[in-house]
Amino acid sequence: MNKIVEKEQFSENVFKLVVEAPEVAVSRKAGHFVIIKLGDKGERIPLTIAGSDPERGTIDLVIQRVGVTSHKLTSLNVGDEITDLVGPLGKATHIENFGTVLAACGGVGTAPMLPIIEAMKKAGNKIITVLAARTKDLIILEEQIRKFSDEVIIMTDDGSYGNKGLVTKGMEDVISREKIDKSIVIGPAIMMKFAALTTKKYNIPTEASLNTIMVDGTGMCGACRITVGGKTKFVCVDGPEFDAHEVDFDEMLMRLAAYKEDEARAYEAYLNN
Amino acid sequence: MENITDYYKKERAQEWRAEIRKAVKVKERTSMERTKMPEQEPTVRNKNNLEVNLGLAEEIAVKEAQRCIDCPDPTCVKGCPVNIYIPKFIKKIEIGDFLGAATVLKETNTLPAVCGRVCPQEKQCEANCFYTIKLNKEPVAIGYLERFAADYERNSGKTAIPEVAEPNGIKVASIGSGPAGLAWAADMVKMGYDVTVFEALHEIGGVLKYGIPEFRLPNSIVDFEIDNLKKMGVKFVKNFVVGKTATIDDLRAKGFKAFFVGSGAGLPRFMGIPGENSIGIFSSNEYLTRVNLMNAAKEDYDTPVLLGKNVAVIGGGNTAMDSVRTAKRLGAERAMIIYRRSREEMPARLEEVHHALDEEVEFLNLNNPVEYIADNNGRVKKIRLQRMELGEPDESGRRRPVPIEGSEYEIEVDEVVVAVGVSPNPLIPATVAGLETTKWGTITVNENLQTSVEDIFAGGDIVRGGATVILAMGDGRKAATGMDKYLKEKIKK
Ligand SMILES: Cc1cc2nc3c(=O)[nH]c(=O)nc-3n(C[C@H](O)[C@H](O)[C@H](O)COP(=O)(O)OP(=O)(O)OC[C@H]3O[C@@H](n4cnc5c(N)ncnc54)[C@H](O)[C@@H]3O)c2cc1C
Ligand SMILES: Cc1cc2nc3c(=O)[nH]c(=O)nc-3n(C[C@H](O)[C@H](O)[C@H](O)COP(=O)(O)OP(=O)(O)OC[C@H]3O[C@@H](n4cnc5c(N)ncnc54)[C@H](O)[C@@H]3O)c2cc1C
Ligand code: SF4
Ligand code: FES
Repeated sequence: MNKIVEKEQFSENVFKLVVEAPEVAVSRKAGHFVIIKLGDKGERIPLTIAGSDPERGTIDLVIQRVGVTSHKLTSLNVGDEITDLVGPLGKATHIENFGTVLAACGGVGTAPMLPIIEAMKKAGNKIITVLAARTKDLIILEEQIRKFSDEVIIMTDDGSYGNKGLVTKGMEDVISREKIDKSIVIGPAIMMKFAALTTKKYNIPTEASLNTIMVDGTGMCGACRITVGGKTKFVCVDGPEFDAHEVDFDEMLMRLAAYKEDEARAYEAYLNN
Repeated sequence: MENITDYYKKERAQEWRAEIRKAVKVKERTSMERTKMPEQEPTVRNKNNLEVNLGLAEEIAVKEAQRCIDCPDPTCVKGCPVNIYIPKFIKKIEIGDFLGAATVLKETNTLPAVCGRVCPQEKQCEANCFYTIKLNKEPVAIGYLERFAADYERNSGKTAIPEVAEPNGIKVASIGSGPAGLAWAADMVKMGYDVTVFEALHEIGGVLKYGIPEFRLPNSIVDFEIDNLKKMGVKFVKNFVVGKTATIDDLRAKGFKAFFVGSGAGLPRFMGIPGENSIGIFSSNEYLTRVNLMNAAKEDYDTPVLLGKNVAVIGGGNTAMDSVRTAKRLGAERAMIIYRRSREEMPARLEEVHHALDEEVEFLNLNNPVEYIADNNGRVKKIRLQRMELGEPDESGRRRPVPIEGSEYEIEVDEVVVAVGVSPNPLIPATVAGLETTKWGTITVNENLQTSVEDIFAGGDIVRGGATVILAMGDGRKAATGMDKYLKEKIKK
């Protein structure tokens, strides 16, 4: 049981929870995630650890409501408990002084990006972050991102905030302007696919943090498998970060849709209840 | 310890044993037919998740026990990986002392209700029974009787919680709560140690919970054993991945003096053939975990599982049988086993193969998948199979399957479960400096099951690769003995 000690709403569907998890708070590094489960009948879902306070023994989760479990979780309040929480899982991000790092995040992908740029900044990198979302309300964590970025470029699809255009446009602008040594892209699979294509054109080494479907998160089931460089990899133990130019995003997009209908049906039933 | 043969002799000479032997003539005993296990009707049970085998009634168990002739040199015992004193527990059943029979079982087997259900008896005790080897008759139903005695005890409400020695305050931990970890914990807590079992998942029990289905091993049986361990003082910590949540070094710093690694062989293997990542293709671990651990097929649980009309399961072991029978229960019209060798060579328990056949599972033996073909949405729709024939025997002594060139053909499927084996869990070896492993990734141990790191012991599937419940359990006990010796010597110094 892990108690929720703080809750904050970032936008209509995006929330931050601060959760008690003393061991995880101490051992986690940038790039790690946890798996949570609510109640006896709940499913296990992965969530990135967006930050932690080892002294207080808490971790931060930023959750976007997309279906039943994320909705149930974000409906919990301070004082409520998360039935099961396990972590930190996955491999930590490889942190090094690369030089200039271009971080591109889409939507809720901003949350997992936060600890990565924090660590990259501390390692001496210059950080340029492109923060993208469909519309102004969906831009989250801007203030925290600014804290660890030398420059922040905001992109909205509808132009309601920052520059108008997709994340890739923001990236192109930066790349055409200065030398980028490393890029990190996190967001919806489709966004990562195009962001990876963009950096590939310029041969910029790029990591993507993949959000596949998972069950156990410990390498036991293979639900999270994807193809990287022609080889099958398990995102939960071999990742979640991979060389974005080697990832078969089309296969990943296909696999993400495996339960689409079931999930949509379940969510509708849940919302009507 | 006194010579085991002398012990058997002495035990066998006890009055009650001699008396019961005289009560029925050997001839009469050997002329009795082996009992059939009462089971749910195949066409009923392949639509529900209740246990298939119903267990023996008391008078039937006593009759089956009468078949055992109480051999002076009980060959069955040698076939048992933990040397249960088989004739003794069977004769206890014959005299109606069912609780006494359970006590005999528990002298060597921590989980008799589990082993009575899942051990491959036809390769172990029953293969070595006098009836099998000398009379060429069906063996005494040792497995059924083991299950009977253990169930009787559990249902009697008189299960004795074993005595626990005075606490010695020494902290020890298991990594993993499968049969190896549970057996280790039982012995350690009895010796007075302060025992903690760490488990990565949100349920205790390892494969017994997430792998073996309810229709073969009800969870309530495993939970009963876990509850007893709790009563004896074992602490269980779920949602704790040793090596991630905390390392062995962290745990040492918290005062743990020795560790037992029972982390299993939980990593699924795939075949690496084209199309294997299509939607609708699962590892058996994923399929069984969704259904058994997450209850995905039940209406009010949140985890989904895809359902198939034509389900193919690749493999011939217990995992394959469990998957294919699960598919049938989830409504598959056609549920089939695809295995590259012949039916006789399938490694699954014989009973499971028979049950699968009765439940209208199809067997496509001597067939091997070479490619999966998906529809426009990426969902598997066909398997390309290649026919095989049997060639020369290989290292395992079984005849090697060789592909027949040009024999490829396709069948329609909408779901595939890949059950072609598992690999050892690499997490502990990867996070403990100096822990020696083999080239297969299993942990190397000495005869006391001690690893190359002196305070770490290991057993079960992480040492053997995919093996059996009874071997894992036996390892747990052996490691407990080894660890106790190690800790006592260390304290002396
Ligand atoms: C390593 C990792 C880290 C993650 N970190 C975060 C995080 O920090 N914050 C966060 O909000 N989410 C994160 N996710 C995604 C999150 O796990 C899913 O959104 C969640 O499982 C959805 O569950 P649900 O029951 O609410 O929705 P579901 O009913 O399962 O799905 C609803 C809809 O969302 C889509 N969907 C399902 N899973 C995903 C997914 N993994 N990615 C994108 N779309 C999905 C489905 O196709 C469906 O249309 C992460 C995923 C991974 C693998
Ligand atoms: C579907 C299926 C059917 C089977 N049927 C039979 C049968 O009929 N008869 C038979 O004899 N055998 C059968 N087996 C094999 C048998 O179940 C195994 O040999 C046995 O369970 C091995 O026991 P174990 O304790 O070594 O490991 P497991 O039962 O695998 O348990 C290991 C546990 O350790 C946990 N773990 C791993 N790493 C960590 C970590 N770092 N930190 C914390 N916890 C960790 C895992 O989550 C798991 O719960 C079957 C196996 C499967 C999969
Ligand atoms: S070998 Fe068979 S008959 Fe002999 S003691 Fe064992 S079970 Fe009984
Ligand atoms: S989630 Fe099961 S192996 Fe990755």
